[in-house]
Amino acid sequence: MAAIRMAGLTKSFGDLRAIDGLTLDVEEGEIFALVGPDGAGKTTTMRLLAAILDPTSGDAWVAGHHIVKEAEAAKEDIGYMSQRFGLYTDLTVIENIEFYADIYGVPRRGRQEKINRLLAFSNLTPFKQRLAGNLSGGMKQKLGLACALIHTPKVLFLDEPTNGVDPSSRRDFWRILYQLLRERVTIFVSTAYLDEAERANRIGLMDHGKLLAVGTPEEVKRLMRGTILEIRTAEARRATAVLRATLPPGSVSLFGDRVHVVTEDVQGAGDRVREALAGSGIETSELRPIEPTLEDVFVSVLGSSAAATSRT
Amino acid sequence: MKPRRVLAIARKEYLQIRRDPRSLGMAIAMPMLLLVLFGYALTLDVDRVPVVIWDQSESPASRELISRFAGSRYFSLKGYVRNYREVERGIDSGRTLMALVVPRDFAGQVGSGRPAAVQLIVDGSDSNTATIAIGYAEGVVQTYSREITLRATQGLGGRPLNPPVEMRPRVWFNADMESKNYIIPGLIPVIMMVIAALLTSLTIAREWERGTMEQLISTPVKGPELIFGKLVPYFVIGMFDVLLAVLMGEFVFHVPLRGSLLLLFVMAAIFLVGALSMGMVISIVAKNQLLANQLAMILTFVPAFILSGLVYAISVMPWPIRLVTYLVPARYFVALLKGIYLKGVGLNVLAGEAALLLVFAAAMVALANFQFRKKLG
Amino acid sequence: MINPQNNKAVVVKDLERRFGKFVAVNRVSFDVAKGEIFGFLGPNGAGKSTTIRMLCGILAPTSGSGTVAGFDVRTEAEKIKAHIGYMSQKFSLYEDLTVEENIDFYSGIYRIPPERKRERKEWVLEMAGLREHRHSPTSVLSGGWKQRLALGCAILHEPPVVFLDEPTSGVDPISRRQFWDLIYELAGRGVTIFVTTHYMDEAEYCDRIGLIYRGELIALGTPAKLKTELMQEDVLEVHCERPQEAMEQISNLRGIKEVALFGKGLHVVTEDGAATAKLLRAVLPEKGYAAPRVEPIAPSLEDVFVSLIEARDRAENNQPAVQA
Repeated sequence: MAAIRMAGLTKSFGDLRAIDGLTLDVEEGEIFALVGPDGAGKTTTMRLLAAILDPTSGDAWVAGHHIVKEAEAAKEDIGYMSQRFGLYTDLTVIENIEFYADIYGVPRRGRQEKINRLLAFSNLTPFKQRLAGNLSGGMKQKLGLACALIHTPKVLFLDEPTNGVDPSSRRDFWRILYQLLRERVTIFVSTAYLDEAERANRIGLMDHGKLLAVGTPEEVKRLMRGTILEIRTAEARRATAVLRATLPPGSVSLFGDRVHVVTEDVQGAGDRVREALAGSGIETSELRPIEPTLEDVFVSVLGSSAAATSRT
Repeated sequence: MKPRRVLAIARKEYLQIRRDPRSLGMAIAMPMLLLVLFGYALTLDVDRVPVVIWDQSESPASRELISRFAGSRYFSLKGYVRNYREVERGIDSGRTLMALVVPRDFAGQVGSGRPAAVQLIVDGSDSNTATIAIGYAEGVVQTYSREITLRATQGLGGRPLNPPVEMRPRVWFNADMESKNYIIPGLIPVIMMVIAALLTSLTIAREWERGTMEQLISTPVKGPELIFGKLVPYFVIGMFDVLLAVLMGEFVFHVPLRGSLLLLFVMAAIFLVGALSMGMVISIVAKNQLLANQLAMILTFVPAFILSGLVYAISVMPWPIRLVTYLVPARYFVALLKGIYLKGVGLNVLAGEAALLLVFAAAMVALANFQFRKKLG
Repeated sequence: MINPQNNKAVVVKDLERRFGKFVAVNRVSFDVAKGEIFGFLGPNGAGKSTTIRMLCGILAPTSGSGTVAGFDVRTEAEKIKAHIGYMSQKFSLYEDLTVEENIDFYSGIYRIPPERKRERKEWVLEMAGLREHRHSPTSVLSGGWKQRLALGCAILHEPPVVFLDEPTSGVDPISRRQFWDLIYELAGRGVTIFVTTHYMDEAEYCDRIGLIYRGELIALGTPAKLKTELMQEDVLEVHCERPQEAMEQISNLRGIKEVALFGKGLHVVTEDGAATAKLLRAVLPEKGYAAPRVEPIAPSLEDVFVSLIEARDRAENNQPAVQA
């Protein structure tokens, strides 16, 4: 049985369809990443699945419990970490953890070891008497995770857990998530960082309440239309201007000292690039096809799904 | 309902209150401050009425009359004036409330046994105080004229005359008619109502505002567990406030307590649960600290102050307003406290009020539980 | 006021800001050339916003000096405000006004001369691609559009220096790319861009970057320089089966400083790249990860930053509290 099952899940706020008919299964023991820009519907999806928001229509089950009819039973089996820091800043690290242990009714027996283990693996042991409000962003997130894990949930929902956290803490956070996977916890995480999403087992690209693509990062990358040619040059900005004048609109992007050209015809485009740049006296140090990033795929999928620049 | 969860919530609230000494200080200092402030300001006795004198007579007779005013505890002499313009200025500026004008031929008229008139000019803008002040002034003048008559008749060798009819008022329950004796027991419910509602009006709204509620509702915690857990610490603070108020009544205002102290505290506890739950309802509905705070203030203070029978007697209100007072829980508690304090009566007399208080508390607890949703939006 | 360093748009020397005992910005020095895109990076709470506020003349420094567009941050705050554009992650647009009304409002704020108003407005509408939507309420615009409109409003008065505080946070990738195109265009016209971001990939788009961590500037230079000079360790990219499991095995090997998942592969940071590569090629198949691919690669900026931040953490040995 799937750990999370959504069937036509829809949520409207007034006229706005925040979530539009999501249908998706997430298997037990998998890390699934929901990726998309702000306003795509990630947080709404999270809240629906955490049974703290009722859908307008459609159904969903989490750990076998229906999220509306069996909301309270579902809450016993899930851990949820909201996007905003949801713990008490005027309580200490240990007070927050003990509070949630009581709320979840964690049995007294074995509880101390459990708390110690959580503190240790989130590297919070030295800070357990510190007020949560005085923790750094990365440590706050780890405390949030520790509290969400205190009752050994079957499914963990993390809403943009690494937003605004330094890259070092982000890596740490993901390391913890992988350790959890070994205990067969299902992890459903949302993120706006596309590079981060590649660390998940499967991802769902989301925009405007709909899933544009679902699959392993490799599968999703195969949805990329065309190939990306990367050009490295000292005069990247001038090169971009030159290439934009000769190549189809929308196919040229500038990334610092690199220019990317998206094309269906690698050979032909390569020749045209070389010709155009040479004609303008621009030297290229490198020109090669590269593997697309998830962001490239996102742009490609979004661009084909609508005239993406003029969406309201 | 799992006791452990209720306890966890209560403990968490306790820790938060302890870490916020300013709010805790407010919760304890506020009722004391209000009690002192209203206890003294709201006193309905009029004394030390400021008065100026225009003594045109400047005679021993006029000075004797004036000394009667000066010697009375009800008046305070603010000085002498020489014309009406000064009288007007004194009243306009609020320096004086009253002017006594003794005419030029006062001594002659008194001496010759003819009726003498003195003029009393009173600021009528506060009609209540003015009426009482005029009453006092009349008393002073009458005593003075009676003595003159007495002296005159004694001088003539006759027997002193007694007025044919004399009224002897007898005041029950508050024999010395000191208004503080019924103001203080009446104030306690009003202040407790406001403080209790304010205390809890923030607690749930704050969790929504800070984002901690989103986390909390994702757990299996039940609404009643949350509400009762939050009530516990505030109930303790509230009862402590009641104790302080009673102690202040005893030692600061010297209000005699005739009835049962136990009954007083039991009733206070019921009232407190109702008022705290009402604050909770406001907090649940408002979801925003500022709004909740203002709502709590408006919904508790105004009705409790005006419609509880503290300031205005309910029996003289027009009937539609009288009906409304039944919705003001402070009304029952005011009646209960006045009964316990002034009349020393027990439940055999106050059962009706006690029952209605219980209904109020139960209704508020139920409403809080009914209103609370473990869902967003 | 004539700036002695004429080609510098921003000059900062030993800038410091304390809040009570807490040092939010600790003696930071750097400068930004005219027409340069300067990326200012660091985790939340590192001192990014405090620095920007001091440079915009909103917050007085505790000590140190700085000039922006030639004006002193201590004594000429008002002049600075007239010569810079500022746009923050929270777009400062009025949602209940239309696109045009927002532009008109900022025209008034920046006191654009009446004869220039029309022209500037058309320019913003053109740049943001909002010509057809000039009468739409701002609230209905998508994130990308709002962001471009906010940028337009921030540069209505054609400031020589523009501060962008996490301008692309949470915007979809297409809008992000379009936004960066606008930034390049502005820089091309000689406008100096000072931008903060916590997207590491975006940092690579800047001409130069500064990394601030716990109030201190711990790295400064072009992306290429940071990647080659500041990273003492070597980075290997490893592709093998079950990378998550392999990660743990690898991290226990000798000489390994850090292993992180990166895309579908692993980035292994090590003191000696050649030796570790050899070791990995031998060890991984033994442990059941057949045919691993191990290649030395240029570190990403993220690798560099993680390495720098962790070096700093090790130096301080424990993590102090962060105050808001």
